[in-house]
Amino acid sequence: MSKLIIENLSMIYHTIEAETKAIDNLSLEVLEGEFLSIIGPSGCGKSTLLSVIAGLFPPSSGRVILDNMEITKPCNKVGYMLQRDHLFEWRNIFSNITLGLEIQGKCNNESILNIESMLEKYGLSSFKNYYPHQLSGGMRQRVALIRTLAIDPDILLLDEPFAALDYQTKLAVSEEVYKIIKQEGKTALMVTHDISEAIALSDRVAVLSKRPARLKNIYDIKLSVENRTPLKSREAPEFRHYFNAIWKELDIHVE
Amino acid sequence: MLSNNFSKEHELYLRAVKRRKAAIIIVQILILIIFFVQWELTAKYKIVDPFLVSQPSRMIKFMGKLYNEGMLFRHIWVTCYETVIGFLLGTIVGTLIAIILWWSDFICKVLDPYLVVLNALPKIALGPILIFWVGNGKTAIILIALTISLIVTIISVLTGFKEVDEDKIKLLKTFGASKSQILRYVVFPSSIPTMISALKINVGLSYVGVIVGEFLVAKEGLGFLIVFGGQVAQLDMVMLSIIILSIAAYLMYEAVAILEKKFTVWKS
Repeated sequence: MSKLIIENLSMIYHTIEAETKAIDNLSLEVLEGEFLSIIGPSGCGKSTLLSVIAGLFPPSSGRVILDNMEITKPCNKVGYMLQRDHLFEWRNIFSNITLGLEIQGKCNNESILNIESMLEKYGLSSFKNYYPHQLSGGMRQRVALIRTLAIDPDILLLDEPFAALDYQTKLAVSEEVYKIIKQEGKTALMVTHDISEAIALSDRVAVLSKRPARLKNIYDIKLSVENRTPLKSREAPEFRHYFNAIWKELDIHVE
Repeated sequence: MLSNNFSKEHELYLRAVKRRKAAIIIVQILILIIFFVQWELTAKYKIVDPFLVSQPSRMIKFMGKLYNEGMLFRHIWVTCYETVIGFLLGTIVGTLIAIILWWSDFICKVLDPYLVVLNALPKIALGPILIFWVGNGKTAIILIALTISLIVTIISVLTGFKEVDEDKIKLLKTFGASKSQILRYVVFPSSIPTMISALKINVGLSYVGVIVGEFLVAKEGLGFLIVFGGQVAQLDMVMLSIIILSIAAYLMYEAVAILEKKFTVWKS
């Protein structure tokens, strides 16, 4: 069943000097409960796409439909996770997590209990009175994910969520984030430029062209590993086939 | 992470750090003592003319006289009161205007050249006009202090507002935050360090405004004592007032520094 439908989406940016077509007639469906990655060359309009899906600005043409409802403005059904964690330094971990609920006026006993149980489950409850600078980069990104999950979104949009982390932390955090998303049963749409990260985490990988972004191909990632996690996926024999295929598809030349 | 079982080397290091800190404070105090002692002595032995530069002992005597007349704390109070009011008003009004300019980019762009001109204008030049408008009294003095700190506050607070990370604002927008929520939740709190450094500058500026104001109109206050002392060739009065003024300005600066620590607990 389709969770999110992107229909003939186009997006044009206007500046005094020029108009730039960022997205060109893009159509894509995200299925309920799946993890879909969008990969494309840098600056191809991937982040623009997520902003449109989040309802931050309207597309030039086309529509985004979530659960049969067209998205026109930010709504609490979409959770957005940015590249950096953007925890507020002046708030402790707990009140960073309640941020979204406070803004939506939904900070009640039930939601607080839900947060407490997530903190407990994901090993952060002893840090809830700490301030962000006292936590490691990996922990901060986990807090950012829980902050996004606290508003109980139907779909998670991940905008290069691991790009700011060093390589080892990235492997560990993507493992954790993947498990949390699966455990909470969320649908996820991730934008990345890291091919192996996309294959390791996703059920499907959509490859976009250079700007203006068009859909080039979609890969069904089928790996012969049991109890799939991102790290285990990297061991699968099919992993490098997908890697090579996507690398060719991206058609990147260094000039 | 902190443990009390330091190695010998670490203890030596800690002791060296402590000793250096103590040395700095001792030298600072010594400079002060030497300065006043040489002042007293050179004046006493007529190496410098005490009529022109005054003398610590004569200043203390004058302070005693003022105290006995019940005027010492009156003068100090008047100046500090005017400064604090001017300073608080400058900060509050300046921040409010900065919020309006942040809120409406249009107004901000329209007013930009006027702000630049007002910032470049020496605000003291407005003193006579303000006195003409509100009469010569405390109100005029406070207004002069206010105009001096106002524009700087607007500009520095607005710069702070505009430096807030765009992605932090984007994060709030994805939660569906309204403009006033964006101001309350991220723009204002993340600008607090900028606002406090504006406060620190304003302490000095407000004193400038108040003293100039008192030069122009006052019948009491430290600025009045300075100008009056100059007119009647009473350098004891002038010097004493300047020293009290320095102490008062220092204390106020420290008060802002304490405030800063309080508002940025999360940094420690």
